[in-house]
Amino acid sequence: MRQKHLAISVFMFGTIFTPVLATLHAQDQDGKQAGAQTTAKAGKKQTASKPQQSDDDGQRVFEQNCSRCHNAPEGFSPRISGTIVRHMRVRANLSKEDEQKLLRFFNP
Amino acid sequence: MQSGFAPVLARYLRVCGLAVLFLAVSRAGAAQDTPLISGGGGFLTSTNGGNTTYTPIIEPLIDVPVGQKWLFESRAALLESFSPRGGGLTGYDHSYFAGLTYLQGDYLASSHLTVVGGSFLLPFGTYNERLSPIWIGNFQDGPLIANLGLMATGTGVGGEVRGNAIARHSYSIDYKAYFSARSGNQQFNSQRSSGGQASLYLPEKRLEVGLSYNRLLQGTHENFYGAHVWWEPANTAFRLRSEFARGHHAQGYWVEADYRTQAFGGLNSWVGRIEPVFRIQQTFRRDTLFSDGLPLVNTQRADFGLDYNLPHSIRILTSYARQFSSQGDRNIWETGVVYRFLFPAWKGKM
Repeated sequence: MRQKHLAISVFMFGTIFTPVLATLHAQDQDGKQAGAQTTAKAGKKQTASKPQQSDDDGQRVFEQNCSRCHNAPEGFSPRISGTIVRHMRVRANLSKEDEQKLLRFFNP
Repeated sequence: MQSGFAPVLARYLRVCGLAVLFLAVSRAGAAQDTPLISGGGGFLTSTNGGNTTYTPIIEPLIDVPVGQKWLFESRAALLESFSPRGGGLTGYDHSYFAGLTYLQGDYLASSHLTVVGGSFLLPFGTYNERLSPIWIGNFQDGPLIANLGLMATGTGVGGEVRGNAIARHSYSIDYKAYFSARSGNQQFNSQRSSGGQASLYLPEKRLEVGLSYNRLLQGTHENFYGAHVWWEPANTAFRLRSEFARGHHAQGYWVEADYRTQAFGGLNSWVGRIEPVFRIQQTFRRDTLFSDGLPLVNTQRADFGLDYNLPHSIRILTSYARQFSSQGDRNIWETGVVYRFLFPAWKGKM
């Protein structure tokens, strides 16, 4: 009986997430826009005025290290941006270079 | 759960006092380096086998940078748990817990090396370090194998080196290695152990594969092996996380998937805030010695969750789990609301 229940669970998992996987690629464009919105909020919407290269690098570091584990905070004081980045350098094992990119992303 | 709340609270307040002292020392730091207070607070309910437990909890975290090379950080947990008395009695019993989860100093020795000292989270698998804060986890309780490889305490007292060994555009390799001494201190309890972790991350694929190894160095020396695979496709809000752990007496795995759609106005639309979550896990006993926190018999469990990400960093977590074992099948219902806070420790200057 337990095996039957487990099989049902796996079937439900497949039913829920197979269509999800199938639509992932179709959402790439939407995802880029949504990702930019999310990370812009993490930096208190300060991304609009910074250089494009810094924007891309910082956003890449943010998405590949911070938002893999948790949602982006909905804004924070610029006074603690350096502390946040240092915390993430330790927690996510960021290199010094990535730390600087992330800091520029938060403080263009 | 501890028996004397007042002494524990007094001790915690003393530690907080020391932290404030550090805050004062570090005030001369750069304008962006103001110490911060973060963490999560929540109210959780869990109905297991018909008994409902209510748990208000707060997990504050403090980060204090000092100079250009140092960071002092600590996380605490304060909770009160109300559960039915059982045995035919009416009413509820309550228990409380207040303690430091970790208290560590980090020295940024170089671009690829950070030296950690103090009481730190043991690096084994991914749950302990990454997903255990209540505001991060998709489920309010951890996986069944969460304690495997963590030496019963989840923390070590000693030293750790960690960092990014190689960082390229196409791949990066992280490492962590630690040694922990035995400590019987109530707040900084740990066992003598050593171990490490290495992980390979492929940014283009958003794929991470890692291996962990810890060894208990007191009593009967035991080895613990772990492996994890995370996959989070780029430009999507789909995440697949999995972990396997093998100990001397038991082993097990969990696989978790969650998804938020961006098709109806992005992640911040009311539909995009809905987050279905699924987790399946199994544990297997290798012998009948019970020393690792895993179930006494082989257990299978499927968790179905539905979370909602409200504005202002508030999350509603709901889940239903069905657990199967030879000791009896049971349902576990969980609901909770958690809030993530993040603010400077004081006003500071810009």
